[in-house]
Amino acid sequence: MYRIRFHGRGGQGMKTASRILGSAFFLEGFEVQDAPRYGAERRGAPIFAYVRAARAAINERGIISRPDLVVVADDTLVPVPASGVLSGIGARTVLLINTTQNTSAWQQRLNISGPVITLPASAEVEDRADLPYIGATCAGAAARLVGVIARDTLAGAIRTELSALGAGVIDRNLENALQAYDIMQAHSGLVREGSMTSAIKYAHPDWADLPFDTARISAPTVFATANSVEVRTGLWRTLRPVVDYSRCNHCWWVCSTFCPDGAIAVDTDGKPVIDYDHCKGCMICVAQCPPHAIEAVSEEQAQRDTTTGETP
Amino acid sequence: MSRTLLTGNVSAAWGARLAGVDYVPAFPITPQTEIIETLAGWIDSGEMAGRLVTLESEHSMITAAGGAATTGVRVFSATSSQGLLYAMEMLYTVAGWRTPFVLVNVSRGLSAPITLESDHNDIMAARDCGFLQIHCASCQEVLDSTLLAYRLAEDTRVRLPVIVNLDGFYLSFTREPVEIPAADAAAGFVGDFDPQNARFRASTPESQAVAVLGGSPYSYFRYETHLASLNGLSVYDEISAEFSATFGRNHPAVEAYRTGDADYLFVMLGSFATKAREAVDRLRDAGWSIGLLRPRLLRPFPEESLRRLLAGRRGVAVIDQNLSMGKGGVLHGELLGALYGHPQAPPVVASFIGGLGGRDISAEEFYEMAQTLRQAADTGRTPPPRLLYTRDELREIRKLQAVAHQEREELHR
Ligand code: SF4
Ligand code: SF4
Repeated sequence: MYRIRFHGRGGQGMKTASRILGSAFFLEGFEVQDAPRYGAERRGAPIFAYVRAARAAINERGIISRPDLVVVADDTLVPVPASGVLSGIGARTVLLINTTQNTSAWQQRLNISGPVITLPASAEVEDRADLPYIGATCAGAAARLVGVIARDTLAGAIRTELSALGAGVIDRNLENALQAYDIMQAHSGLVREGSMTSAIKYAHPDWADLPFDTARISAPTVFATANSVEVRTGLWRTLRPVVDYSRCNHCWWVCSTFCPDGAIAVDTDGKPVIDYDHCKGCMICVAQCPPHAIEAVSEEQAQRDTTTGETP
Repeated sequence: MSRTLLTGNVSAAWGARLAGVDYVPAFPITPQTEIIETLAGWIDSGEMAGRLVTLESEHSMITAAGGAATTGVRVFSATSSQGLLYAMEMLYTVAGWRTPFVLVNVSRGLSAPITLESDHNDIMAARDCGFLQIHCASCQEVLDSTLLAYRLAEDTRVRLPVIVNLDGFYLSFTREPVEIPAADAAAGFVGDFDPQNARFRASTPESQAVAVLGGSPYSYFRYETHLASLNGLSVYDEISAEFSATFGRNHPAVEAYRTGDADYLFVMLGSFATKAREAVDRLRDAGWSIGLLRPRLLRPFPEESLRRLLAGRRGVAVIDQNLSMGKGGVLHGELLGALYGHPQAPPVVASFIGGLGGRDISAEEFYEMAQTLRQAADTGRTPPPRLLYTRDELREIRKLQAVAHQEREELHR
């Protein structure tokens, strides 16, 4: 069975990567299981996705603990323990990193014996919309590394998985993914199928007997002051409320009172200011403002329009 | 018939679509939302007939589902975790109405603390409400069980709502190859809903209500519901046999994997049971005589089948992905209840709690459970219940607690 993990950040298309590779395996006649894994955080948070592929029915489930291939779309994640990039990596695990650094630098830095392959990362771009389609690129490279997926099959999988996105997007993904597929030619088949842990000799799980702890220790409560500011719930937003100050009559209280997140502050002149780090985009202020001075705009569009390109 | 990669959520949506549902009251919750989105997309594009309405809560959603079913239309709904619990009052109520419909629950651990990942405490909380329960272990089963669930719910010998349960993440967001039955074959299998006396209509004055009753008539109605649920056992056998004959996929009330000659058995529910299947294969490679039992039906509880399948074994490990506070694993207790007093009952039935909040169960842990079982059978001493939890995990928690302690100290300085 092939066991493959993709690591990236929310928004980098790791789920898409796993689906493209999953589809490609499936089209080649494999049994497949692919899935993303994420927590409550959205864009920017470390996420991973995985693919299992085998010639027989797959009974294994969940997180892959001993991967044959680990693909890292964002090299800033490698040193982050919580991202789990290096978890379960053994001597035969192939590590593929999308990076501007070279292989030996990574090998030295990580002190690992297994093969490390780099995918040359493209330079940062100004406009988010121009960011390279890294998910598809990673899938393209992975498809070549396993050596059992034909170029045409990969292209077919990309067309299937991205069919909802329109011809232009599909073409750019195809181009990037096939280029990555070609670049990996020398390593075709480097990734080999791993086997299941034997039941004859295995590391015994070191089970613990949970001791009783008093509620003072064992209640899952968080006591801290004002830590909700640390959580940038603004990342959840798909619609952004924008105040048109030419229409706002500085009533000073309606929007700020109705906002369930306290994300609207009013200054001494009665001017409302929306805190986009924490506004979740519920649009209640838009609905409540008496002179209809708050407009709902697409968050994606708003981010594209922001010349700095930074996430509000 | 085509085989394609689908998530458990989309498989559930396909089940509803192929069953030709008329009405879908909905409220989104992670990890169920994709079911609602998929159905909404199909209805919007005209690929699927029917109405989807978003309600303001799961409580209203189940009320709407039960209410709509009393008009004789086919109803589908879906929820998860806190949503299922929020609807709890109405789960009991609509089951008492004897209105058949299908509710998909995407299992997710309960608060507090909060988790997005799966365990079975949500579905266990709905154990006694009158809904029948089918537990799935693969995306294919999710689709097939949804079709089976309509037959089961609408059968005149049953006439109760049915929950189809699938595990969050492990099935809900996981794609697997799924065979989508042809629309006419599925429609032919499910058939038309004959609502009998449930035909509440607008403009046809008729009242449908339930009365406040004393204990004696109340007992009658409650026990009738219980009998209807029990009928579900033979009805399920009948329709799953028909399903198997029609579609070539067999989903018996209890899955028995390599159990024939097995001295030892794992017993567990849901998608984690496929991990046990894999472990059984590896243990058999290593010379073990071991198998797996997986009840698909939890309500009604297939006691008779389980008793028969467990008879004469040396040891049984029940792995509960739930925890009844102050008691232990629910399935373990239920199994013991089914076995007590039967001469062929296995001498050792050990309890393991694992996979809470989606915590993984490793292959090594299955091997170790088998070892524990053999030891217990050899000595004749059943081990105390064991939480699958390692010293490393405890160390990790201690580290976090140290940080939390420090923060609290600073706060109170
Ligand atoms: S959209 Fe909602 S969260 Fe954001 S400012 Fe308006 S009311 Fe507050
Ligand atoms: S509710 Fe409207 S008018 Fe009042 S302060 Fe807010 S934006 Fe201005």
